[in-house]
Amino acid sequence: MKRFLRGLLLVVILVVALVIWSLLPWYGALIAAVALALWLALTRRGRQTLSVTGVGIATLPSRWGASSVIVIGIAGVVGVLVALLAMAEGFQATLKGTGNDDTVLVTRAGSLAESNSVLSHDSAVLVQQKPGVARDAQGRPIASPELVVIASLPKKSNGQDANVSLRGVGPEAWEVRPNVKIIAGRRFTPGLRELDVGKGAMQQFAGIGLGSTLKLNNQVWTVVGEFDSGDAFDSELWGDKDTIASTYRRGSSATSVTVKLTSPRAFDQYKAALKADPALTVDVQTTRAYFAAQSEGLSKLIRILGTTIGVIMAIGALFGALNSMYAAVATRAREIATLRALGFRGTPVVTSVMLETMLLALAGGVLGALIAWLIFDRYTVSTLGSNFSQVVFQFRITPALLWEGIKWALAIGFVGGLFPAMRAARLPVTAALREL
Amino acid sequence: MKYFHLVWSALMRRRTRTILTMASVLAAFLLFGLLDSVRTAFADAGKTVVGVDRLVTVSKLSFTVQLPLSLQARIAQVPGVSEVGYASWFGGVYQDPKNFFPNFAVSDNYFNVITEMKLPPDQLQAFRDTRTGAVVGADLARRFGWKVGQQIPLNATIWPQKDGSNAWTFDLVGIFHVDDPKLKNEEDQLLFHWKYFDEARQFGNGMVGWYNVKIADPAQADRIAHAIDAISANSDHETKTETENAFNAGFVSQFANIGLIVTAIMAAVFFTLILLTGNTMAQAVRERIPELAVLKTIGFSNRSVLLLVLAESVLLVLIGGVAGMLLAALVVGGVKAKVGAAFPIADVDHRIWLSGIALMIVIGLVVGVLPALRGMRLKIVDALAGR
Repeated sequence: MKRFLRGLLLVVILVVALVIWSLLPWYGALIAAVALALWLALTRRGRQTLSVTGVGIATLPSRWGASSVIVIGIAGVVGVLVALLAMAEGFQATLKGTGNDDTVLVTRAGSLAESNSVLSHDSAVLVQQKPGVARDAQGRPIASPELVVIASLPKKSNGQDANVSLRGVGPEAWEVRPNVKIIAGRRFTPGLRELDVGKGAMQQFAGIGLGSTLKLNNQVWTVVGEFDSGDAFDSELWGDKDTIASTYRRGSSATSVTVKLTSPRAFDQYKAALKADPALTVDVQTTRAYFAAQSEGLSKLIRILGTTIGVIMAIGALFGALNSMYAAVATRAREIATLRALGFRGTPVVTSVMLETMLLALAGGVLGALIAWLIFDRYTVSTLGSNFSQVVFQFRITPALLWEGIKWALAIGFVGGLFPAMRAARLPVTAALREL
Repeated sequence: MKYFHLVWSALMRRRTRTILTMASVLAAFLLFGLLDSVRTAFADAGKTVVGVDRLVTVSKLSFTVQLPLSLQARIAQVPGVSEVGYASWFGGVYQDPKNFFPNFAVSDNYFNVITEMKLPPDQLQAFRDTRTGAVVGADLARRFGWKVGQQIPLNATIWPQKDGSNAWTFDLVGIFHVDDPKLKNEEDQLLFHWKYFDEARQFGNGMVGWYNVKIADPAQADRIAHAIDAISANSDHETKTETENAFNAGFVSQFANIGLIVTAIMAAVFFTLILLTGNTMAQAVRERIPELAVLKTIGFSNRSVLLLVLAESVLLVLIGGVAGMLLAALVVGGVKAKVGAAFPIADVDHRIWLSGIALMIVIGLVVGVLPALRGMRLKIVDALAGR
């Protein structure tokens, strides 16, 4: 009964410790590490622990097989976890970095995504005349009615056709998105069948290099420029709105209007003005909110999947670590018993076993994070976004993610070391000394 | 088999170690079962039996561009074509965008083309007789607790009604079943009349999203596809026709290379697993050298000692692995019941089990082979002397 209660208490403490650990910011961990270092260096117990740990670490090479199980097992967990989270992070960063608070997107009410929306020419003009819209030096509203349609192009990676957003724009498009810069070639000429290609799209799709031609509905279009925006527009092709509308038989309609407001504070006023007009059935949101919402589903899905896979792998690695450390404690049973017989107390023994495991775990965590970083940082992929077309994004391995990985590694090391350490401390001295 | 108790007692010699190792193997194969069922779900999307004798005709520009209804009659005249159905993507939302399921407007003869959808004759008749009627798959009906006779409101994301309203209401008149387990995800659809849709929508009238073409002889698929595309060649409605399988595979490949991602993760997992169980087996054999020597002394051949150790490691992986896959099957069942079509995951079927068990045996042999060789080669005298 007493043993059972003690075990239960241990598990409760463990769960609490893990919860605190998962919430701990990096400086919290730093403080804990400094406190541990001070304790090790300054107190008697601490120095005892240090010397016992030293013995443990010195014997590591003689059981390299078992130690490498811990290191590589944890490296695997951290590597996979960091890579998957980096995918979610990169996708979200691309879409969240798109848009801002003083540019708004007007679409037909209920359409959820730009490519679903249809706005008549009249509506598209009307939404530019409302209060709150920024105007240029000539007093014209700064707003860009655009037509987003989908073209089918072969992907470089597998040669399969994939959807790409083809955005028909007017000259105002460059004005409402000053971050879009031409990095090669020139802007398309209105009225001609010319296209500018986003940097990401150019990387992912075949046959759209500078100067190449592609056929859309039997008409030949020429790629005349490449642009870089550093956000979701990089995955798109831009051309003249009216010319694209005639190719796709979309008349004078638009799919959306991107409107520059006088300031982010003008949003409520502008929205109220649109809602008040019975001639309009439109939704309006800031471009930041629109793109953030587009990233939500997929990045959440990847995060849930990544964490689930990480947890399952962590459990596997945990049992591996437990196994190795139980074996380590068993082979060192006599040595530990000798220390106890010499008068060493339980704390140094427990702490030294835990320190040893966590050092191995740390090595594994760093190794895994490093491998993930080497292979996947800036790795460019694309997937189907909510406009039914490809969104190109890069895996993004941020310091926060690396830290997350190391935290997982240390947590696995902590749990994997705790139980063997407790066993080491509870070894009956006489029995262990007699053991061959 | 007569040595089973010997292998078993070897495994149970250090119970903690065996159980911990099995738990690691369990985690690895739980992951394998889950990931492989996701991969299978994506891979199967492009491989169905019915998909070979059906073609899909979409606009060459992109499948989101509409085609004129007048093409139906012309496609039907192509030799080898037995039936031409059509449909339009509606993209309606039930209550919340999170409740995603495919819903489209379909031609009257749709069920003659998509033959795997089984609707009771009276419900099929009711569907034909009800202008605003809709049918849903059994899976979808279960997910939302829908019953025949009730009304289902959908919010349009693309197609407003003539008065600009996004609210569409359909009368549920039938629930269809799909027997083929590979096509079970088709039960997550809601279908309604294209005619009603076309009369009520604000724009795009007289245009359809795509044609489903049933052909008599799958061997003729390429020829027929070319013939269909030739109808509209050089018009402003050029089409692209391919088999349903090819179309689905192309669509799925747009998400990501799921197979590659799964393979990469599993490679990391199994590499770790081999190291881990390999270490366990090496330890187990090292400890038992004197025992193995005794076995040899009483007449066990080198070969039987080798096989004993191999059997032990295979059994270790098999027990953990099978438990992991069983758990995976349970989890997949739970996920399917909860989210339906929102997340593509296939049942843990015989193919996944077969590859899983093959993997277990291979891993068991790989991790067992070095310790087993060591056991086989040991010299009785040295081993008994503890040298």
